[in-house]
Amino acid sequence: MAKIKLALYWASSCGGCEIAQLQIGEKLLKLIEAADIVFWPVAIDVKYKDVEAMPEKSIDVCLFNGAIRTSEQEHMAKMLRDKSKTMIAYGACANYGGIPGLGNLYNREMIFDRAYFETQSTDNEKKVTPQTSIDVPEGKLSLPEFYDTVKSLPQTVDVDFIIPGCPPEEKTTWLALEALIQNKLPPKGSIISHNVKAVCDDCPRTKNEKKVKKFYRPFEIESDPEVCLLEQGILCAGVATAGGCGAPCPKANMPCTGCYGPVKGVTDQGVHFLGAVASIIDSTDPEEIAKIIDDIADPAGTFYRYSLPDSMLRRAKV
Amino acid sequence: MSWEPKIVGFLCNWCSYRGADLAGTSRIHFAPNVKVIRVPCSTRVEPSFVIKAFQSGADGVLILGCHPGDCHYIEGNYKTMRRVPLLKKMLKQFGIEPERVRLDWVSASEGQKYATVVNEMTEKVRELGPFNANNGEGQHGKN
Repeated sequence: MAKIKLALYWASSCGGCEIAQLQIGEKLLKLIEAADIVFWPVAIDVKYKDVEAMPEKSIDVCLFNGAIRTSEQEHMAKMLRDKSKTMIAYGACANYGGIPGLGNLYNREMIFDRAYFETQSTDNEKKVTPQTSIDVPEGKLSLPEFYDTVKSLPQTVDVDFIIPGCPPEEKTTWLALEALIQNKLPPKGSIISHNVKAVCDDCPRTKNEKKVKKFYRPFEIESDPEVCLLEQGILCAGVATAGGCGAPCPKANMPCTGCYGPVKGVTDQGVHFLGAVASIIDSTDPEEIAKIIDDIADPAGTFYRYSLPDSMLRRAKV
Repeated sequence: MSWEPKIVGFLCNWCSYRGADLAGTSRIHFAPNVKVIRVPCSTRVEPSFVIKAFQSGADGVLILGCHPGDCHYIEGNYKTMRRVPLLKKMLKQFGIEPERVRLDWVSASEGQKYATVVNEMTEKVRELGPFNANNGEGQHGKN
């Protein structure tokens, strides 16, 4: 059997997805037995022009991680889509916009102002910001355009499968790669993950009735390791988040932040999480409720940690 | 044609919807801007419904339920009482004026209060202007 041609690419991401791909450890050898990696900027020296020269649909599978923030990332997403038979969105950024997607609460100008002028460590007397092109004696230099709005991969190109997680757990990655090697990929559009309803189903903590008088950030409270974090007033996204990860965060005394995406049947993870959190506030007095809500410093960033571009609102009006 | 505020009103079946009925049968004049959707309880209005309303072209959302303590389902409206302020706090981060969402209590006997709330809400939204859903588009066009 001919070897599978595999491409891996990163767009607006942190590099954690590459580490997650390597985390499969010695199983990587099994992958290499079955697949040739034809493009992987983090590890092998194949240039963009080499990919451009590949015939259409000549790559069998492309694992694409990272959100779409610049014109370069958009261009690469479209090119890799053309060259690949199967496009897999790998990780929360590609699937839902991820952490870079929180930039959608601002626009380019605000982000540039903050990054190039305002931060305490910035020394930028000439007020230089990235331009898309500049003429220098040697010719014209260009940079990709930085977009106002971060998009997910499915908002940019047609995507065949989703591998969730920030980054995907080793077992989730291997579930997908094993299916790929055995040519047993599920029907188009599937989320490749261990099919668990919610993170709570994986979480070993005891769950009772949820009634909360005060919300805490994880560092503000010494939590009981046996009891549901949400019951203790820590904003745990497990109730709104698809399981399959094995609940490593609650097991390590940290709340789930929602990286595996919405539970089945929910399109907007953030607002679903918001509804759940608000419902457990233990008060019937509007003033006390307002005070309890004050504890939640950043609702948008908490509820939409990974899914802002994929949400119904997609971005803020600025 | 000049712009008129479009307001989606989620009215609980047991109190507010009947309050609205009473306003009508009492021949009270009030602004025609609220499009009423009857819901079993104000807490049936998930926060996503509010966002969906804005996305579908609403300029404001009015949620009306039974007075606290009067809920047909005992405590449904208390849940609404908790959700709406948190939702409004988040909408503010999205650049959406919290005044575009209003939660109030109207009983079946309060036809006049229904009319007053509708008029106040209509004027508030008129002041704020059209919602202009940006559907994910930034100020630099599609990018």
